[in-house]
Amino acid sequence: MLYSPVIRERFRSPRFRGRLEAPDAVFEDVNPLCGDRIRIECRLTDGVLADARFTGDSCAIAAASADVLIELMRGRPAGSAGAVDPPMLLERLQADIRPSRMKCVTLPLAVLQGALSGKEVAR
Amino acid sequence: MTLGERCRGDFPILRRPVNGQPLVYLDSAASSQKPTQVIEALQRYYERSHANVHRSIHTLGEEATELYEAARDAVGAFIGARSREEVVFTRGTTESVNLVALTMARTLRPGDEILVTEMEHHSNLISWQMICRDRGATLRAIPLVEGRFLDLGALDRLLSDRTRVVALAHVSNVLGTINPVAEIAARAHAAGALVLADGAQAAPHLSLDMAALGVDFYAFSGHKMLGPTGIGVLYGRREVLDRLEPGWGGSEMIKEVWIDHAQWNDLPWRFEPGTPPIAEAVGFHAAVEYLDKLGMERVSAHERELTALCLERLALIPGVTVYGPTDAGQKGAVVAFNVDGIHPHDGAALLDQAGIAVRAGHHCAQPLMRRLGIVGTLRASFSVYTTPGDVERLGEAVATLHTQL
Repeated sequence: MLYSPVIRERFRSPRFRGRLEAPDAVFEDVNPLCGDRIRIECRLTDGVLADARFTGDSCAIAAASADVLIELMRGRPAGSAGAVDPPMLLERLQADIRPSRMKCVTLPLAVLQGALSGKEVAR
Repeated sequence: MTLGERCRGDFPILRRPVNGQPLVYLDSAASSQKPTQVIEALQRYYERSHANVHRSIHTLGEEATELYEAARDAVGAFIGARSREEVVFTRGTTESVNLVALTMARTLRPGDEILVTEMEHHSNLISWQMICRDRGATLRAIPLVEGRFLDLGALDRLLSDRTRVVALAHVSNVLGTINPVAEIAARAHAAGALVLADGAQAAPHLSLDMAALGVDFYAFSGHKMLGPTGIGVLYGRREVLDRLEPGWGGSEMIKEVWIDHAQWNDLPWRFEPGTPPIAEAVGFHAAVEYLDKLGMERVSAHERELTALCLERLALIPGVTVYGPTDAGQKGAVVAFNVDGIHPHDGAALLDQAGIAVRAGHHCAQPLMRRLGIVGTLRASFSVYTTPGDVERLGEAVATLHTQL
């Protein structure tokens, strides 16, 4: 199935869409495939990703991916974000994503990793 | 029987299913499908006549040269060029625009201005950005009115004796708007500027006459008008091309070469270094013959009917927003639209499940998307083989998108 029940559910009712007040780390980037922009804001407590929220006009796949990614990472050391890889996200999404749409899955991951490594937002 | 129903049989690819459904191909503005006549011309050329062109003193070389130059003449006649010298073969619209930008760059001075429009495809924008940056020139854009037409009042304010080139789409690849190129060319010429029209979305759909358009350059691609990929045309008015230095160097574009200098070849070969896309030219010839046989007036009328039908069907679906002129008479064969709450890429992926191929995204026109305040759109586009039934199937599928996500 192209859009798994997980993707549909997360797209319709995301748990982590929104903004944080005075976030400790922020990054956003663009999917070169479609120009979609995803922004993730993070709250860090003693090196742990205490909370995060995402925003952005994006497709269902990118939104669902951002949502499951934040769920996966919350409460974990910020440094462990580098260990998250696309197969872990695909497993959570329970979806068979075509190569042409893999960027939609990986964009939130790159954005979160960018935020946690202190990358500057390009304009 | 409509033109589309009559032509369909000539396009073998339209017989294949996609995702278990009969294919509805509505992405011709990105690249059209090819009729048997084009496919066979390519095969015949490779099986019978292939060799390198121009300096091969043997039968095959002469045949290939004849076929290549005959293709040039046919494509030139198709757009109303006055002579062979005005038709330069390139790899496509993008290369044609780059060629003009590159040759014009050599003549630019700091303070000169290039004028584009807010509705340009990136291919008629980025190369101008690059040469403006390199030469200290300024890039300006004609704004839109109502998000769909060029603001011709602003054009007069933007044109000045500093304007060197006005580069604009003949037909917008998103809005479909047919721009008044002849009128803009006249005003640009009065200001002393040259005019380049990007005809990628016009050449496949409109009857063209370069003299009537009054442009100095006209760029278009073979693959959007039933021809092969890898070939396009830069039409250039002979008096203008004659004054320009070559874009790229190499073989074929020279007459005589010394170690430290060379004498350029005549037009049009001066702008065609290296071995050209010969088979592609032969296939392109077959494509314009196919279109000529149908008659471009008939092709235009057919596609206008499809555009009108598509606009009508989409207007009936709640939550659908259509971009560009709403009168099919003012549009090329494209309809860009969005469905509330559905990202264009999700929409396109779901339509693909129903066997319907449409384009989705920013359509290489990000400044236009920004101007419209959207990330992208879905886009249905039509060609000679599109039928009213195809448009009906699109309408039915778009109406059910909401239930699928």
